[in-house]
Amino acid sequence: MTTEYGAAVPWQEDLFTLLRENDVNLFCYVPDGGHKTLINRSIEDPEVISVPLTTEEEGVAMCAGAHLGGKKAVLLMQSSGVGNCVNMFALIKGGQFPLVTLVTMRGEFGEMNPWQVPMGTAVQPVVEAMGMHCLRAESSEEVGPTVQAALNMAYKSNQGVAVLLTQKLIGAKAF
Amino acid sequence: MNEARLLDRKMAVPAIVGDPSDLLIVCGLAGASKDIAHLTDDGDNIFTMAGAMGGATAMGLGLALSRPDKRVLVVTGDGELLMNVGTLATVGIMKPANLSILCVDNGHYGETGYQESHTQRGVDLEVIAQGSAIPVTRTVTTEDQIAEAAQVLRNTNASSFILLRVSTEPPPAVKRSMDASERKTAFRRALLGTR
Repeated sequence: MTTEYGAAVPWQEDLFTLLRENDVNLFCYVPDGGHKTLINRSIEDPEVISVPLTTEEEGVAMCAGAHLGGKKAVLLMQSSGVGNCVNMFALIKGGQFPLVTLVTMRGEFGEMNPWQVPMGTAVQPVVEAMGMHCLRAESSEEVGPTVQAALNMAYKSNQGVAVLLTQKLIGAKAF
Repeated sequence: MNEARLLDRKMAVPAIVGDPSDLLIVCGLAGASKDIAHLTDDGDNIFTMAGAMGGATAMGLGLALSRPDKRVLVVTGDGELLMNVGTLATVGIMKPANLSILCVDNGHYGETGYQESHTQRGVDLEVIAQGSAIPVTRTVTTEDQIAEAAQVLRNTNASSFILLRVSTEPPPAVKRSMDASERKTAFRRALLGTR
């Protein structure tokens, strides 16, 4: 990978456009370098409500609350945040709420921080154990179609979907 | 800090909430959900929980941000709020004018055998709400404070937090749906006319 970790990249600009074209107007996030462009665009867009969270599980419940009000939301987090959400995912599965969360992966391809490895390795089994779906995007070309598939599964079929933006896509942070 | 816990929630919660029919209400698990299910006859303008502990305030925040045209009320307990007390800080930075939070604080985990919560041992959730930059806060410990708190809950043009200190008298007995999917569908049909 030659991309600087957390640098502005075209696929993130396209991803923001795709989410907006799908009427997603509530962006909940815990700050993350891999989501930097998406977070900044959400703050800059006057039509978007951009909410920084104290913990990722707040975002799970917020997205469900937005659905009660008839609005679409997205939750942005890093792989470590998935661990903070596990019991709150029960709200998604039990309530058949739509949820799209975009997870920037750590602890896999080329990871240099050992603290990231345990949760990074556990993301997919944990998400699936809570009755949600995992879709992976390994290249910039896969991001748009994968996120669109997640939005369709969530908002047409009432599913919880985590899109894993993998470390092959994002790059490994240097330590 | 006023330590008194004299009010009976079965009187105080309905008195503060008033006519619930024009509110959208998200209720934290256990006692708070029973209070409001009883008050509304398990109405379609309420979303009650029996799990997802710590999620009620965030769910109400998501609803309030999505529906600025409606007044949203979160009713939750001290234990439920303590599990994700950081959400008060998220409310405090977003400050939706249509969101009120009513914390029914009996100082105990009533659902699990009335073990003491942190609020029984000196933690003051109103002070935490103030420190979280929620613009309007109140603590209600006596009956004569209820009317003003009811006005705050309903008419304040800012996010508000009301700490209602109550005794350990149990919430009302009520039969309510614990099917979150059914509750969601009923809520959305009533609000949006759609599934």
